[in-house]
Amino acid sequence: MSAVLEAGLVSVLNGFAIGFLLFILAIGLSLVFGMMDVLNLAHGALFLGGAYLGTAFVGARPSWGAFLAALAVAAVAGLAAGGALSLMTEPLRKRSHLDQALLTLGVALVVAELLTIVFGDDPLTIAAPPGLNGSIGILGITYPAYRLALIGVGAVLALVVYLVVDRTRVGALIRATVADREMVATLGVDNRLVKAAVFAVGSLLATTAGVLGGPVYGARPGLDAAVLILALVVVVIGGLGSARGALVGALIIGQVDTLGRALLPDLASFILFGALALVLVLRPQGLFGGAHGTVPAR
Amino acid sequence: MFLQVRELVSGYDRSTVLNGVDLELAAGATLGLLGRNGVGKSTLIMTLMGLVPVTSGSIRVEGTELAGRRPDVVAKAGVALVPQGRRVWASLTVDEHLALASRGRRGGAWTVDGVFDLLPRLAERRRQYAGQLSGGEQQMLAVARAVLTNPRLVLLDEPSDGLAPAIVDQVAGMITTMRAAGVAVLLVEQDLHLAFAVSDEIAVMEKGRIVHRVPTAEFRRDPGTAQRLLGVA
Repeated sequence: MSAVLEAGLVSVLNGFAIGFLLFILAIGLSLVFGMMDVLNLAHGALFLGGAYLGTAFVGARPSWGAFLAALAVAAVAGLAAGGALSLMTEPLRKRSHLDQALLTLGVALVVAELLTIVFGDDPLTIAAPPGLNGSIGILGITYPAYRLALIGVGAVLALVVYLVVDRTRVGALIRATVADREMVATLGVDNRLVKAAVFAVGSLLATTAGVLGGPVYGARPGLDAAVLILALVVVVIGGLGSARGALVGALIIGQVDTLGRALLPDLASFILFGALALVLVLRPQGLFGGAHGTVPAR
Repeated sequence: MFLQVRELVSGYDRSTVLNGVDLELAAGATLGLLGRNGVGKSTLIMTLMGLVPVTSGSIRVEGTELAGRRPDVVAKAGVALVPQGRRVWASLTVDEHLALASRGRRGGAWTVDGVFDLLPRLAERRRQYAGQLSGGEQQMLAVARAVLTNPRLVLLDEPSDGLAPAIVDQVAGMITTMRAAGVAVLLVEQDLHLAFAVSDEIAVMEKGRIVHRVPTAEFRRDPGTAQRLLGVA
């Protein structure tokens, strides 16, 4: 196989790895914003917090026990952090997006600074669990085993989250709240509980994504902003509050970002935002953003 | 009295829309609320549901004070809303609407199957998304969503808006069925034919107050008052 094709295949696989991870990260951001107009700019800090938890538990010593413990602790920490963020934004419910974004940005900055104080400025790594720390041959190329596992786990997790939102009772409640939360309240449902639950689970997904992504992307200052921007691009491209949009958007951005880095490293971020601009020009509401809301009376 | 509203004042931001509404409604009674555009009929409905903030005054349902409470608290007190413009959720199926509405309410008189018996058209469409329904079907869905909360008071805001006469008759049928089941109904309507067909009494609003209230038959015998209050014959 030619070198170009091999590089292309590696890039496509990398794109899937980051794509599924981005979906897991972006779905919470998208649902909370679509539902309650809360733009949670601390979402990237949650991811980085998860990644640092991974380094604290696992570090450079490959161990399944430590890796799974890191995932469990990150999940619990994510739930708690999401609940806390939901409570913090509640008093600002009737204020503008900007006020809420400002609060969560402040939280993001404080958390990032605390993480730097605790873990230092240097990039840290997380060893992949035993058995996944080597490379394996696939389709004629050698590829890191952990990344392949990440694609698999990410795909399964993304599918589960997507099906829960799209096909279940709980998902119907979430979609209805995104579409018109006042009408949900008139059925006797307290909007704040739905928001807190989605916030908590979305934050859990963000912190666990940080651990899962750890062996590939590591943990370092600035990673929070980098993933937040990618997730925001996914939310805007996919359409606010749409699970399908977040999934398609994440897979597109995963490919665009890795292909851009592989082919034109200097222009990668321009390509990313070029894709964003293209979608905004062609479909300002996002790829799947028009499909919700209440039906205008005919 | 099942519903007692006293001196209710409410509005949006700095503009006051309701200027002291007094209103009583007995259990199982249907009141048709008429009035020109902009007199505050919809604002009254939205204020009663808890969706527009109360400035002052009292809203009591069976003696429980609900002024200033959240809409989910009002809903749990037995009040349901069929809003202007239907406001069904485009990305949910008919089944999902009804499942959410009847969630956690076992033993109520209204069930999903019972609603499908009354509205066979909805039963045929149960797996379709609300965004794909016709206007009439969406209105049926909005009514079904409200009654499945098993309310004791239903607020309807212009349910006939934009619907064909045959569909309006179905809406009238649903209101009559609710009334027969002992549900109190407050109906805001521009369609006098519908309002007269289902209401025990007619009330008229003007400038944020209820200024006239008589039994429906009496209102119909007095075209002069109707002309003066509504600008219609």
